[in-house]
Amino acid sequence: MVQTRKSAQRTATSRNGKNLRNRSRGGGGVLMLVATRKGAWLYLGDPARKLWRADGPHFLGHIVNHLVLDPRDGRTLLAAAKTGHLGPTVFRSTDFGRNWKEAKRPPAFPKTREGEKGRVVDHTFWLTPGHASETGTWYAGTSPHGLFRSEDGGASWEPLAGLNDNPQYRDWMGGPQDGTPDGPKLHSIIVDPRNPAHLYLGMSSGGVHESTDGGRNWAPLVDGLEVVEGLDAANIAFHDPHCVQLCPSNPDRLFQQNHCGIYRIDRPSRTWVRVGRKMPKQVGDIGFPVTVHPRDADTAWVFPMDGTRVWPRTSPGGAPCAYVTRDGGKTWQRLDSGLPKNQAWWTVKRQAMAADARDPVGLYFGTTSGELWMSGNEGKRWDAIAQHLPEIYAVETGEAH
Amino acid sequence: MKVIIPGPLRSYTREREVEAAGDTLAALLADLDRRYPGLRFRVIDEQDGMRPHMRFFVNGAQVFDASHALRPGDEVQIVQALSGG
Repeated sequence: MVQTRKSAQRTATSRNGKNLRNRSRGGGGVLMLVATRKGAWLYLGDPARKLWRADGPHFLGHIVNHLVLDPRDGRTLLAAAKTGHLGPTVFRSTDFGRNWKEAKRPPAFPKTREGEKGRVVDHTFWLTPGHASETGTWYAGTSPHGLFRSEDGGASWEPLAGLNDNPQYRDWMGGPQDGTPDGPKLHSIIVDPRNPAHLYLGMSSGGVHESTDGGRNWAPLVDGLEVVEGLDAANIAFHDPHCVQLCPSNPDRLFQQNHCGIYRIDRPSRTWVRVGRKMPKQVGDIGFPVTVHPRDADTAWVFPMDGTRVWPRTSPGGAPCAYVTRDGGKTWQRLDSGLPKNQAWWTVKRQAMAADARDPVGLYFGTTSGELWMSGNEGKRWDAIAQHLPEIYAVETGEAH
Repeated sequence: MKVIIPGPLRSYTREREVEAAGDTLAALLADLDRRYPGLRFRVIDEQDGMRPHMRFFVNGAQVFDASHALRPGDEVQIVQALSGG
């Protein structure tokens, strides 16, 4: 299926009321890629990151779980989408969203033998571009848990049986009754920038796992992680990582926002350290996303949420804030300048906070209430970029070429 | 035979009514997929099951099994359930 976006849908936005000149698509600048429950948007910033041009909606009415720019060419986009009643698919654009093509073979589990109950991909949840040396390679994580790889830029996808069909992993993955209400997620697929065969991933209700042979074999990486009180941490299925990120400046360090705290690991150690214990008690260290600095492995940001009692998953006390550590988690500082001070019951999903690679680092997040916010100075001050969007599922950044 | 296509699938067919052939519903869907690549996977999953919220009618009667036999002249309608938000 090819969909051409109408030029009438192109709109300009400005934070200070000035009219934006029409800029050629992909002509340089920070790009925000926003995936929502009802479509996708691209936001292209000017070099100062003060004026943003909205491009969208793309796929209005489609559930878009993740929209990612290929950093290897700076213009290929992949969108993980599902249209309500229709089955899941992946769309690809090589001209910055002007035209899209559907994957010939979207992520799908193999057909099982007669009489056996097979699995069905409900939706692709996570997209990760492959290693810089493997042009056209992508990874996808699905719900229910499944790992897939494409070697042709997202046109066709193959399941990685080493994970998907491993009996031990099938046991840890569990079934529909074991996952989140909208399905268990395979997420945080990470490719070590030094080695294309070195991979990490997270599974909601399933833990963090590592492969050193390109996904053929996997091993849990859960030592040090806590689980919900009363459950046995030795049972991998009880582990619930929300988001894992690798530090580009030190690929041996990873940060993790888990259901049970904020963690850091420094390889070759196999033990995570709960650095979130240093967060203020009244805020806690529960949340969905974690975002790392592109050049400083001691710096990471989180967006706390209320994980008490019935788990509202909203901003603690109705006062949204980010927190930053600049010393690897030893200390944390609150960042809420510009954000509402009360009655703002926000949720920021695990894929909905991102950083760019500029200096100072720009930070971006989207809320389930449809607001898009950014900071051009690493969180010291936040400003709203857009409102009235549908529920935001994911925010990513890229450099438009 | 005539196949009536719901709105969300017309990005594949461009038309509300198309022609396809098959002696069973499964065969008809395979024929539709040959003519409009990718359409089948949006309504039938990888285990050949009808996706939730998709409905198939033959001559106005709903069918629940893709092995349902079809005859020349039958009218098939693909409908998505009215649900969601």
